[in-house]
Amino acid sequence: MNSNLYRRRKFVNTLGLSLSLFAMALGLFVLLWILFILFKNGFAGLSWAIFTESTPAPGTPGGGLANAIVGSLMMVGVSVLISTPIGIFAGVYLAEFGDGNKLASITRFVTDIMLSAPSIVLGLFVYAVLVAQVRHFSGWAGSFALSLIAIPVVLRTTENMLRLVPGSLREAAFALGAPHWKVTNYVTLRAARAGVMTGLLLALARISGETAPLLFTALNNQFFSTNMNAPMANLPVVIFQFAMSPYDNWVSLAWAGALLITLTVLVLNIIARVVFRERNSG
Amino acid sequence: MGTPPTTSGMLDPRMMAVIKKQRIQDFLFHKVTMLFAVLVLVALAAILVSLMISAWPAFKKFGIDFIWTVEWDIINEDYGAAIAIYGTLVSSAIALLIAVPLAFGIALFLTEMCPVWLRRPLGTAIELLAAVPSIIYGMFGLFIFAPLFAEYGQPALQSTLGQMPLIGPLFGGAMNGIGLLAAGIILAFMVLPFIAAVMRDVFAIVPPILRESAYGLGCTTWEVVRYIVLPYTQKGVIGGIMLGLGRALGETMAVTFVIGNSQRISESLFAPGTSIASTLANEFGEADDFHLSTLYALGFLLFVITFVVLSVAKVMILRTERAQGAKT
Repeated sequence: MNSNLYRRRKFVNTLGLSLSLFAMALGLFVLLWILFILFKNGFAGLSWAIFTESTPAPGTPGGGLANAIVGSLMMVGVSVLISTPIGIFAGVYLAEFGDGNKLASITRFVTDIMLSAPSIVLGLFVYAVLVAQVRHFSGWAGSFALSLIAIPVVLRTTENMLRLVPGSLREAAFALGAPHWKVTNYVTLRAARAGVMTGLLLALARISGETAPLLFTALNNQFFSTNMNAPMANLPVVIFQFAMSPYDNWVSLAWAGALLITLTVLVLNIIARVVFRERNSG
Repeated sequence: MGTPPTTSGMLDPRMMAVIKKQRIQDFLFHKVTMLFAVLVLVALAAILVSLMISAWPAFKKFGIDFIWTVEWDIINEDYGAAIAIYGTLVSSAIALLIAVPLAFGIALFLTEMCPVWLRRPLGTAIELLAAVPSIIYGMFGLFIFAPLFAEYGQPALQSTLGQMPLIGPLFGGAMNGIGLLAAGIILAFMVLPFIAAVMRDVFAIVPPILRESAYGLGCTTWEVVRYIVLPYTQKGVIGGIMLGLGRALGETMAVTFVIGNSQRISESLFAPGTSIASTLANEFGEADDFHLSTLYALGFLLFVITFVVLSVAKVMILRTERAQGAKT
């Protein structure tokens, strides 16, 4: 009886742990599988033409992704420029003035929700307030939509990183008679610099792959253009349109673009982690 | 706050001027940072208001019935949200059914079984799964997963689960790889890392003394997790699941690729369907006046639903963390 119970417990334990091992293996397998497929299909389409030529017209052979790469870089760049100051300042407010403060706790709550809010709805919003008003799609609208996604990421990381700065550092600066803004700018923010950088990199990684909010804001542009006030080509939307198309060279360009985007996003993520880890150990 | 208390008589006027200047600067600093924080709240309010205004013609015409009308007739301008809501809920439910046990397994592995030196690389690998852009999942689902699923997965399901009473019809019909079930499976792997990350974090805050005591009584690892860790972190775990649900509900690109995009409800999970997000992605570009307004209405519904789900998730996770704070 007793040994029976013992055997059953042991069996349940082994079963549970094996299933857990299986779950972990499955997760890793899916990641490696996706990467393998991307490399296999993406490398086939990768060539110098990707970086020098623009997206081809329907039915024309060849072509590249130059216009989409430049468009993506410009829009992501602009939205980082918009979201960095907003995110950092708001993060400073939450970390420095946010204790026992109703406004701060509501902001924190809303930010956490915006972190996971459906990005396509943000695209609808930008369409309604910007695109529908000026009656044309534009790179600015795309940047604006991406900023809405990036701000919560920057904000929350900044706040968390500022809170990791030891209180003694802050108090030492106050004891020297420094005003609050100087303490924050010259002491706390500097101490948390690596952490804030992590937040920026994560935000960058997040918006580099976003497709849904760009569908109704930047749309796409078949030609090379650096005019932010006109529809702008960008990698995610080009991938979306080309992947579903009947032309072989379009599909192959879509895979090449997918490889580029995924590598960028994964590398940014890994750099962000390394930056943060060095700060923590140093 | 920054300036030390002073007795003005002891300081010369120049110093007083500096202090005064600093006080003004601090005041401005406080208000400027506050302004940026308020900006986030303004953005949220603006999103809700502008969607509501744009959706108003649709809400006015159909009223509350919009939510449960099974109709999407663009030519006769007769719309209801039920088909899209059904697709959204069903695909998200399938995703959770698959992702929750897997995420639990991964969290258990990372906190209880994994050698310490492997924890970080494996944890990072799972987090990278979350970083892969959703459009990549979409392409992967459509070109790689769907053909395999049609050839092996669906026949296997049909010959096993499809033969059972009650749930049998769910696995009937044509097997072409795309549809609600395929969308649910792809979604499962997208939300898996989010749920696993939350579970791992809340499992890690269980006080070691509780865990050690259970091991000391002779519990197996499984029993420790099942009877000690899981009850202790219940709210956090539910919060993590809700967070995954919030993600799944609003996911656009991955779903658009594999759900099949057809405006109907069929009894089989193999059949193509649509979700709110994929309807928006497919139709918004070509819609005009009234059609546009109904799409805004769908977007508004989606935003409100995910907002509620994510709020519940947030509150649950916060409570777990706070309980932990109070006990240690």
